[in-house]
Amino acid sequence: MAQKNNRRAKIVGTDIEVDITEKKDVIIESHDEDHEHDHHHKETFITKYIFSIDHKMISKQYLITGLIMGIVGIAMSLLFRLQLAWPEESFGIFDVLLGKWATDGVMDPNVYLALVTIHGTIMVFFVLTAGLSGTFSNLLIPLQIGARDMASGFLNMISYWLFFISSAIMIASLFVEAGPAAAGWTIYPPLSALPQAQPGSAAGMTLWLVSMAFFIASSLLAALNYIVTVLNLRTEGMTMTRLPLTVWAFLVTAIIGVVSFPVLLSAALLLIMDRSFGTSFFLSDIFIQGEVLHYQGGSPVLFEHLFWFLGHPEVYIVLLPALGIASEVISTNARKPIFGYRAMVGSILAIAFLSTIVWGHHMFITGMNPFLGSVFTFTTLLIAIPSAVKAFNYITTIWKGNIQFNPGMLFAIGLVSTFITGGLTGIILGDSALDINLHDTYFVVAHFHLVMGISALYGLFAGVYHWYPRMFGRMMNKNLGYIHFWITAISAYGVFFPMHFVGMAGLPRRYYTNTNFPYFDDVANINVVITLFALLAGAAQLVFLYNFISSMFYGKKSIMNPWRSNTLEWTAPIKHMHGNWPGKIPHVFRWPYDYSKPGSKDDFIPQNVPLKKGEKELQH
Amino acid sequence: MTLLLVLTSLILISIAVWQLTKILELSKPIDYENNEIATDKDNDMQGKLMFLFLIFIYGLTIFSFFKYGDVILPESASVHGENYDRLLWFSFSVIFFVQTITQALLHYFAFKYRGNKKRKALFFADSNFLEGVWTIIPTIALAGLILYGLFTWVDIMTIEENDEALVVELYAQQFNWKARYAGEDGVLGDANVRFLQDFDGKNLVGIDPTDRNGDDDIVVQELHLPVNREVVFRIRSQDVLHSAFMPHFRAQMNAVPGMINQFAFIPNTTTQEMRLRPEIVEKVKKINKIRFDKSEELIASGDFPLDPYEFDFLLLCNKICGASHYNMQMKIIVETEEKFNKWIDEQQTFKEFVQ
Repeated sequence: MAQKNNRRAKIVGTDIEVDITEKKDVIIESHDEDHEHDHHHKETFITKYIFSIDHKMISKQYLITGLIMGIVGIAMSLLFRLQLAWPEESFGIFDVLLGKWATDGVMDPNVYLALVTIHGTIMVFFVLTAGLSGTFSNLLIPLQIGARDMASGFLNMISYWLFFISSAIMIASLFVEAGPAAAGWTIYPPLSALPQAQPGSAAGMTLWLVSMAFFIASSLLAALNYIVTVLNLRTEGMTMTRLPLTVWAFLVTAIIGVVSFPVLLSAALLLIMDRSFGTSFFLSDIFIQGEVLHYQGGSPVLFEHLFWFLGHPEVYIVLLPALGIASEVISTNARKPIFGYRAMVGSILAIAFLSTIVWGHHMFITGMNPFLGSVFTFTTLLIAIPSAVKAFNYITTIWKGNIQFNPGMLFAIGLVSTFITGGLTGIILGDSALDINLHDTYFVVAHFHLVMGISALYGLFAGVYHWYPRMFGRMMNKNLGYIHFWITAISAYGVFFPMHFVGMAGLPRRYYTNTNFPYFDDVANINVVITLFALLAGAAQLVFLYNFISSMFYGKKSIMNPWRSNTLEWTAPIKHMHGNWPGKIPHVFRWPYDYSKPGSKDDFIPQNVPLKKGEKELQH
Repeated sequence: MTLLLVLTSLILISIAVWQLTKILELSKPIDYENNEIATDKDNDMQGKLMFLFLIFIYGLTIFSFFKYGDVILPESASVHGENYDRLLWFSFSVIFFVQTITQALLHYFAFKYRGNKKRKALFFADSNFLEGVWTIIPTIALAGLILYGLFTWVDIMTIEENDEALVVELYAQQFNWKARYAGEDGVLGDANVRFLQDFDGKNLVGIDPTDRNGDDDIVVQELHLPVNREVVFRIRSQDVLHSAFMPHFRAQMNAVPGMINQFAFIPNTTTQEMRLRPEIVEKVKKINKIRFDKSEELIASGDFPLDPYEFDFLLLCNKICGASHYNMQMKIIVETEEKFNKWIDEQQTFKEFVQ
């Protein structure tokens, strides 16, 4: 009861006229009753922090595991950027970190490939899929739809621990004798299938595949849980058209994951068969190391189809949650309703649908029938339409707003900026004709890093800054947040803008050094500039890490709804408790974007505030 | 030394960041209500920084074009490449236009509508008209780009069989390229990796010895092409994926083990003509200056100097293929028909070579 009073006081403190707690007590849901007793259970350290089935704790587990993987992934990129800027030079840090793979501190070409491979794998799957989607789907789905927890807390726990095992195996693969997987994050066979082709395709690749199998199992369990939770556990009044766009994004992301991840699993399984059991799904007519292999009749192109059937939707699995977060953060901080809510939902659905029929644009020049290339060009460029709608809607949302520049807002605006810059070059690359000469050059690297890498990372940061008070009950230091954003924003463009030019010079990606081509000698200085910006960006992340960790202990105590936001998660008490709300679950009476609504004294009206007499609900 | 430099700069950067925070913190009046939520002052400052950031993006764009514009590939040296370049620059102008406008709107609005206590945001949640505008305009623009792109694509990828065309096989292996010419009969002999070990390994690309079409095939390590004649490439790999990338001709196709891929183009500029193009002369001069400076350093440290550079067309591997992926290349020489014929007459046929 004490908590209840406390909560009422907090809300009153934000000048809302309606006393929410009392209103809620009028309408009672029968299934809430048994949760009343939850906080009487004695939680041990293990059930609270390790094998927790509470979605808020699992979300923190995802976030912290994701951040640790992120440190590894980003550190790797800095290592190979050093090599690219000062090729074959000796670095003490290589000696320390790479040991026998960097004789006299000079990086070995195989290790270079291993670093780019594991960097890609870690960033795409472990940081931006599990770390981003895992964290915020877990945190926000139950809290924003008004549920006590996920549909299955137990499955949720299992999915985190599968992710943990998968991360552990991926990290362990860095320590095997011949080195980790090095065939690129796309692991195209035959390179990935034959240990004779490169050392990383021996035990390192086996571990990579095992790790990914665990990862896929984890993300499928998680995705099913998210979908079931959103569809079944919404609180009374929370219709689909009153869902915050974050939840829409997480729901659709989970659906894409369920559709496409199994196909990657099948590709991985078939590859394991080819590697270990002598089948020929992806291999044919191979002569290597002075020996004709027995494989006959398979096709590497089949693997590419299977891989990209996941691989392309994966881009949106990474990006949609970030866009969802941006919608929420931008609307809250602009103190304006998100512009075109239904168009936003529609474009999420359109992007999701199109994302599953465009995978061939990664394969225009693989020997696939050129007619098929035409079809994929058509579908690919169509994605630009819903993407453009989203970008324009974000811009219109901040137009005539009352923008509160909290660090989360800066990252959300940064996301829109890089999403546009990176997305536009997608129009070039999605065009099969133009892809001929830009395929696999640094132009591609620049494009996808901006549109999905940086944008999704900005989404992750926006989410962390915005929901940190909700997760840890404390505020992050805003000035450190500002410094983090501006250094990151400047260096992200500093890294990837000039990189387009390296690509347009015709320089292929995944080259250990360009010094064997005097023709590319004049891009050497661009590479130095890029690396310097990359180091600067890396340093900026240290600011974030410091802020993240120290705020956990020394941050200012947060009030209940620091950003004066409308969504339900801010109506739950800060104190960690299983079940989210003491007493009844709040009911929902309006959509989540009633910011600065005329006729209201405050510039926000939380979703659980009933409509006033004569007040019209917008569009519903 | 470099490590030291990097470490020093990293330390300096961290100190700078630390000092900056301190300044930011100290410069603020003591705020007892500081709760880490943006104040009007923060909004003002960050809004202005947003505007500066717009200038930064524009500045970086302009700087990059001036400073790095000259590394971009020179005009194409093939017939279809001219269409390719036209499509490329057309698409670029469209996206540049959009980029310039949208970034300006985004950052300018962020600056203009930076919040303060007195301001009230406009409650503006939807407009079918606006939604319509920015659905229809991109649709029209994209329809144009798609159609233009597809015509170009079909045009490039359609290979018409004709007797005039020169048929060349590009053969990829870790980590080099070989080229096979069809010889006088104009037909490449059948080939498979299972024949590679015949003739004590002298059957370099695995030509089927029982196929008479292969007898006069010519296998070489340097690609010679006659100017103004269609070349049809048949692309094979013996081990892993590779990609035959000839950037100056706007040509690329993967080499896939177990498959024969095709790509065709007509080179329209000889290596000699290319070397005389002003932009290439300029580029070579610049590269040689870089190499000369580097050589001086090398000599000073007792190493061999670098060779001076002369322009040549290149075939590069553009699909990750293993440790030496970065050095899998072949020189391409485009020459007049007479020179080409003279050169090819000097080469040994497969039959002569294995005997």
